[in-house]
Order: sequence, then structure tokens, then C-alpha cells
Amino acid sequence: MKKIGVLALQGDFELHIKMLETMGAPACEVRTPADLRTVGGLIIPGGETTTMDRLLRFSGLDKAVSRRFRNGTLPVYGTCMGMILTAREIEEYPELFCFGFIDMKVARNAYGRQVDSFEADVKMKLGNGANGKPFNAVFIRAPQVVELGAGVEVYARHNSLPILMSQGNCLAGSFHPELTDDSRVHKFFIDNFVEA
Amino acid sequence: MAKKKKSVKKTVDKSQTGTLRVKSGLAEMLKGGVIMDVTTPEQARIAEDAGAVAVMALERVPSDIRKEGGVARMADPEIIEAIQKTVSIPVMAKARIGHFAEAQLLEAMKVDYIDESEVLTPADEHFHIDKWQFTVPFVCGARDLGEALRRIGEGAALIRTKGEAGSGDIVEAVRHMRTVQGAITRLTRLPEEELMTEAKNLGAPYDLVRWVAENGKLPVPNFAAGGIATPADASLMMQLGAESVFVGSGIFKSDDPPARGKAIVMAVTNYKNPKLLAKVSRGLKKAMKGLDTSKMDEKDKLQGRGW
Repeated sequence: MKKIGVLALQGDFELHIKMLETMGAPACEVRTPADLRTVGGLIIPGGETTTMDRLLRFSGLDKAVSRRFRNGTLPVYGTCMGMILTAREIEEYPELFCFGFIDMKVARNAYGRQVDSFEADVKMKLGNGANGKPFNAVFIRAPQVVELGAGVEVYARHNSLPILMSQGNCLAGSFHPELTDDSRVHKFFIDNFVEA
Repeated sequence: MAKKKKSVKKTVDKSQTGTLRVKSGLAEMLKGGVIMDVTTPEQARIAEDAGAVAVMALERVPSDIRKEGGVARMADPEIIEAIQKTVSIPVMAKARIGHFAEAQLLEAMKVDYIDESEVLTPADEHFHIDKWQFTVPFVCGARDLGEALRRIGEGAALIRTKGEAGSGDIVEAVRHMRTVQGAITRLTRLPEEELMTEAKNLGAPYDLVRWVAENGKLPVPNFAAGGIATPADASLMMQLGAESVFVGSGIFKSDDPPARGKAIVMAVTNYKNPKLLAKVSRGLKKAMKGLDTSKMDEKDKLQGRGW
């Protein structure tokens, strides 16, 4: 089984690691390009996009992650801020760094401020019998997709907006499965992207 | 007509705001970061540029409150709104202990977190705010485990050490962090039958005492605050178990706020890397002068406020 790294510069990386460990998947923190060399997949957690912009550039992980993703050796799963980073463009903030792994444009804090953060039950189409019972999706100052390319596959929507999607080797979602005990999305990432 | 209405209702998923999961969820996203005190939109911009994960909007930083005296209150809504318009990161604001009307006002302004803070002059000598009544999450200060669990029992979604705000002296924050962590470790070793008496001694809700004994940590994130002035201070608190740091006077009372802010952000991310810390700590100009808390009169300390 390949080891999965969780980008640990800032954000809720600990909860992702805990989730992976509970599932019996080997996991580690990624803080430097050297850490990145040891992993076969990367989760980018929730956090603050402006902070991450500074820390990614400073650590050199902006280039290191891009390089490994483009040569096909690094499947990536981004949650919330992680989803913003996987996008091609960030609305209103063209100066902020993003990887452009998925052909979409996203808007930050699109549901409003923290008092508008919420949790809701949503249905997902993940295959492998993971459909069935709804998923408790937690949205914290979450982003929204404002433009989606034709090549992007959508697995879940909330009020018709896409909230879980993939393109090529990259999975992204605007909600936080790591804040719950439900490991179906993490399992989907491991089975269909990392170990595929 | 009735039929159509029903089908519309069905397609809109039922969603809930203000749950504990949503409230402490934001604190989870702020982990490994620095929350900086700011008093103007210009300072907020500098803080965001330096890489702060959030800003705390207030009228005066703690060291000025200390110097100038008088009643310290919630910040002017106009300042808070100007700061909210300037930055894209979360904006927190302080309310006086027990002053639930200030908190209601801050919630109406949609601040992202309320700090029910000992730095401001307390409004109630016996009771803290009933934080369960709010959709907006609260952070509260604590010097020991009992105080932390009382605040969580009242609905706080995030705990921070009190330290000694505005002193630039880290010793009190260290004491409070060690006291909380030590008490948690002690709880995990206690036999079941001793937990009720321990709850009595701590002055903490029994259910929360049990939860901590079983899980070996607080049920909400635990940050450091009160006296952090250098990148090394930030690293120290992270190594002692803090999950993020609040920096009050330490940045905007230093001689070069942008550089110091950035260095403290780097220190929190790389707290386990002393070589890099040595690099980012160079050439920052003077830190805030600070006050030796051991020479301070008990009555001048802010940390005793709160019950």
C-alpha cells in the first residue's frame, strides 16, 4: 500500500492523518519537498488560502507538487482550501497561487462568513456500493465552483452546485469528510486514484 | 399547487448552521497558524500579507490598554467593518466577559469568531456568556483544565491560554499550557472511580472530565496566547502542545511589524526546524519592550479575570 502524505504547512492536516490511520492506510505529514518524495498520494487539507500561498512558495512545495502531479506520479485530493488550490483560477484573487489540476474557476468564502457555515446530508455517486446512505457534508467558509470544464466529472452536488469532482489524477471537494467519522470519500480517493 | 410546493422542498437539502462541529471546524482550519491583533484596516492588510490565518479586530492592543487604563470595551463596529472589507481571512473580535449584548452585536456584524476576553474590562463578576445561544463560535482563555472545561461547558468552541496579555513575557502562557497539559495527562491515568471527585476539584462538568480522561485531549482545539513576541516564543508554545498562536501586542508594538509577522508565521509552520527558525529570526529589528510579569502587581495582571 502506498503512503499518503497530507500537506501540513497549515490547516486541519491532523484530522486527515487521523482518518487515514483509522482506515489502516499509511500516512505522514508533508512540510518539505523531501517529505513529498516519500509519498504516493497527497491530500491538501482545509486552511487559509492566503497563508498557504506564502507558505507554498516559501517551502518550494508549489513547484515540487506540480512537477510530480504533471509527471503522473502524484494523485491529489483537495478539501475546501485544497479544492481552491486544485483549480485553474480563483475568482477575485488572480494573484493567489493555485495548481490548475482541475479545469474550473472557484470563488472563495462563497457561502458567506462563519455564521453561514453549515452541515447538510448529501447524496454521492461514488460507485463500489458507497452510494446508499447520505453523507454528512460539513462546509466551513466553503468555496463554490463558478465555472466547470467539460472534462470534469461530478460525484456530488448540494443545491445543484458541484461539491465533489475530479479530473485526471485529481479529486477535489468543497466540504470536510475529515471532520466526520465517514471515510467513504477517503476510501474512494485511495481505491480509484492512489491504488488504481 | 400544493404538490409543486412539496417537490421544491424535497430538492433543497436540510442544512444546519452553528453546530459544534461547524464551530470548532473553523478552529481546525486555523491550526498551524497565527492570529494577529489589529486595530486598523492598514494593520489588517499587513497581517494578511504576512500570512496570518485570521485577525483579531480591537480598539487598542493589550499593551496600550495596560498603559492607558480606563474601561476597555468591544471595538467600534466601524473599525470592525472596515477590517472585514479589507481582508479575506476570518475576522475575530473581542467581547467583554459576560457582556452578551456586545456578543449579540458582533454576531449581527457576522464576525467569524468572538473572543470572550479577559483583556477587556469584565462586564459580569459572576457569569460568562451562555455561548450555546449563538451561531457564531467563541474562543475563551484558560489558565488550567477546570477553567478550560467550564468554558467548553458554556459552549466555547476553542480554548487558548490566557498568558499575560500585553506583557511580551512568555512565562505565563507556558505555565498555563503546561498546567492544562499536565492535568490532561493526570486524568488519563486516574481510575474511573476517582473521576467524579476530580471533576469536583477541578470545578468542571463531569461529562467533559470523563471525555478528556478517555481521549487524552480537550474536546476542542487548544491555542496559545498572551506574551508571544518572537518566532522562538511561537515555536516554544507549539512544542508545548499549542495548535496555533495568537499574537497581540507582539507584532504591531515591534519595530518592524511586516517582517516580524512573517517570521512568526514561518516559525509556527516550521516549529520543529531550529535551523530554519534561526534563519527567519535574523534582522527583525527590536521586539516589543515588554514587562517582567514576576515584578508585576497581582492587581495589574489581566489573567485573574474570569471565573
